[in-house]
Amino acid sequence: MKPSPIGYVRATSLAHALDLLAEGDGEEKVLAGGQSLVASLNLRLIESPNLIDINGIDDLHGIAEDGDVVRVGALTRHCDLMACDIIARHVPILSEAAPLIAHAAIRTRGTIGGSVANADPAAELPACVVALDATIVLASKTDGERRVMASDFFLGLFETARRDDELLVAIEFPKIKPGERQSIRELVRRSGDYALAGLAIAGPTDAPRLVFFGVGDAPVVAAGAMAVLADGGSVDEAALALEDDLDPADDINGSAGYKKHISRVLLKRALSGDRQSDAA
Amino acid sequence: MTAPFSQSVEIGLKVNGERVRRTVDARRHLIDFLRLDLGLTGSHAGCEQGVCGACTVRVDGAIVRGCLTLAVQLDGADVWTVEGVTETGEIADLQDEFVARNALQCGYCTPGMLLTAAELLDAASTPDRTHIREQISGNYCRCTGYEAIVDAIEATAAKRCGMPVPALKEAAE
Repeated sequence: MKPSPIGYVRATSLAHALDLLAEGDGEEKVLAGGQSLVASLNLRLIESPNLIDINGIDDLHGIAEDGDVVRVGALTRHCDLMACDIIARHVPILSEAAPLIAHAAIRTRGTIGGSVANADPAAELPACVVALDATIVLASKTDGERRVMASDFFLGLFETARRDDELLVAIEFPKIKPGERQSIRELVRRSGDYALAGLAIAGPTDAPRLVFFGVGDAPVVAAGAMAVLADGGSVDEAALALEDDLDPADDINGSAGYKKHISRVLLKRALSGDRQSDAA
Repeated sequence: MTAPFSQSVEIGLKVNGERVRRTVDARRHLIDFLRLDLGLTGSHAGCEQGVCGACTVRVDGAIVRGCLTLAVQLDGADVWTVEGVTETGEIADLQDEFVARNALQCGYCTPGMLLTAAELLDAASTPDRTHIREQISGNYCRCTGYEAIVDAIEATAAKRCGMPVPALKEAAE
């Protein structure tokens, strides 16, 4: 299908974009990579929106180290994450996650800011952001910059703490430290599909944060399983604790029970560090 | 601020090396712009939701989904379609292998498949079959079962490196 008529403006600077958001009616859509947004327009899931194209804003590009933090600009494309040495060295889970996102032609344009702001519960990057306890940097005309912890940012299905007048400008990731691990894995029917279930892991090697995606309305922190590991429990005990941590819905891709099952398998495989062993 | 949003916008870009200036509707995606406004019908609109890959074209040196890119976003861009890379001869060897190995039947996916494969051939000198399948995972072909497409890409890579080329498969009698 084709989109319904669209209003369009190219923001020429960050200040211009924030002006547009501040003076809008809250129904404007920010166009970053467009890899979910334009599909939604084509399907007319969004009717006659006004688009603010932020692609020309230089301030939103770039990946830079700042002490213990790596600041990733909102317009960083998935292909940029894959090619970036700073990311590979300091936030390796993002290097591992980016190739899992869709296909080469989509990674060329899709952005980290877009993925996080869109908050698709099956997407990889929101789960990574939560697992890493990253900081989401928002900007608005009235309040300047506002920092929100990832754990407070994702509120539900495609719903975040970003206000209508705010733009997601960057994400700040803590650098990996000695004795920490990061990894992501997911189960897909075909390469590039959204995950049936996925797991992002980050933190101390023996007691990392466990964040599942594709099994809820938002990234799901498996608090019970994390507590088991922190108390010195076994991987099998942690996997059992997922029974209370996860509450996936039945859908066309599989039953809730099936998704719980593969979540347990993903956890066991991730913590055993061997994709082939510990099969279901 | 007075009505900052426009329903049509003038853009200037290069398509297959030629300068183009047009006023386009904001809702016009790149594939419709190429096909309906410029008459370049080699790029195909398939699912128009980013899944099938028939609309794959090259923008600023990298492949994109034409259906998920609005034409208004491409002011100043450098766009190449299958017509352009055919004319320059850049992928002539790849196209010859597609023909020799029956890597197309209806041909609907072929322009997108060629541009996707060309990017891999530029990036990796000798991709293995797993790597090739991963690269074309976003391009659906409903005719060939992919095997012949992978053969054609693999053979092109081998020839470009002067490596032994897998034999053509004969049709079973």
